[in-house]
Amino acid sequence: MADLGKNRIEGSYPLKGGDFSEAGAASKELRSQLAALGIPSETIRRAAISAFEAEINVIIHAVAGTLHFKVEGDRLIITVTDMGPGIEDIELAMQEGYTTAPDWAREFGWGSGMGLPNIKRNSDGLKIDSIIGEGTTLEIIINLKSNGKNDDIRAD
Amino acid sequence: MTIYELTKKLNLSVLNKGCLDSAIKGCYVSDMLSDVLANGKEGNLWVTRQTHPNIVAVAAIKGLAGIVVTGNKPVEAETLEKAESEDIPVMGTGIQTCEMAGMLYNLLLRHPEAGQP
Repeated sequence: MADLGKNRIEGSYPLKGGDFSEAGAASKELRSQLAALGIPSETIRRAAISAFEAEINVIIHAVAGTLHFKVEGDRLIITVTDMGPGIEDIELAMQEGYTTAPDWAREFGWGSGMGLPNIKRNSDGLKIDSIIGEGTTLEIIINLKSNGKNDDIRAD
Repeated sequence: MTIYELTKKLNLSVLNKGCLDSAIKGCYVSDMLSDVLANGKEGNLWVTRQTHPNIVAVAAIKGLAGIVVTGNKPVEAETLEKAESEDIPVMGTGIQTCEMAGMLYNLLLRHPEAGQP
């Protein structure tokens, strides 16, 4: 693996509510930048799934938002901020199968209540700050020097 | 079995230019994209009724071998273009999901030797 300290990996992507057409752009760029660093493919996959699910959440629930990613030391930090309704009950939102997604999102195959659980399963740290009526910020941490194996949902 | 061999065996129409040489390692059937992100495995063939461009991002992230759209559902041009840029083959069939899943189960999982050239 390349010396992570010598590489600047950073990107910032605007997200528009209701528009699935650009979904995946941020996670695609993230994949390609991490691959160029020689990060193991399983770690890249965990990062890309986390980023993609976070993109989709903003598109489904918020008016707009931003996904920003940055490598600091051995850690990838993905920060997703949105202008959305906020999450009323974070504990409930973390339960697989619970969803507040509208019907139009389900027609696209989203809204199965697996987004946040997928992010938690694939990340090494997840912090959610949400204010009702204002929006939500997710901070997702991926350890780039882990072995990339993380099949089980872990408790905090 | 490669994607190319499978398209011949099951008479699937290849809808774009994607890599037909990759080996298929099992399959996954789902119309929920987060479910595929959670449970799909690298090398899986994905059978679905979803056709919008997000399926390409899911397949690319998971390293899936290809996507089969069942029941003659038309696939958006944007999806096919994006899949081509990611080298992911998208195939169509008039067969419905249940029957396609049964055929793939027999071919890939129950009698994998039948798929050898």
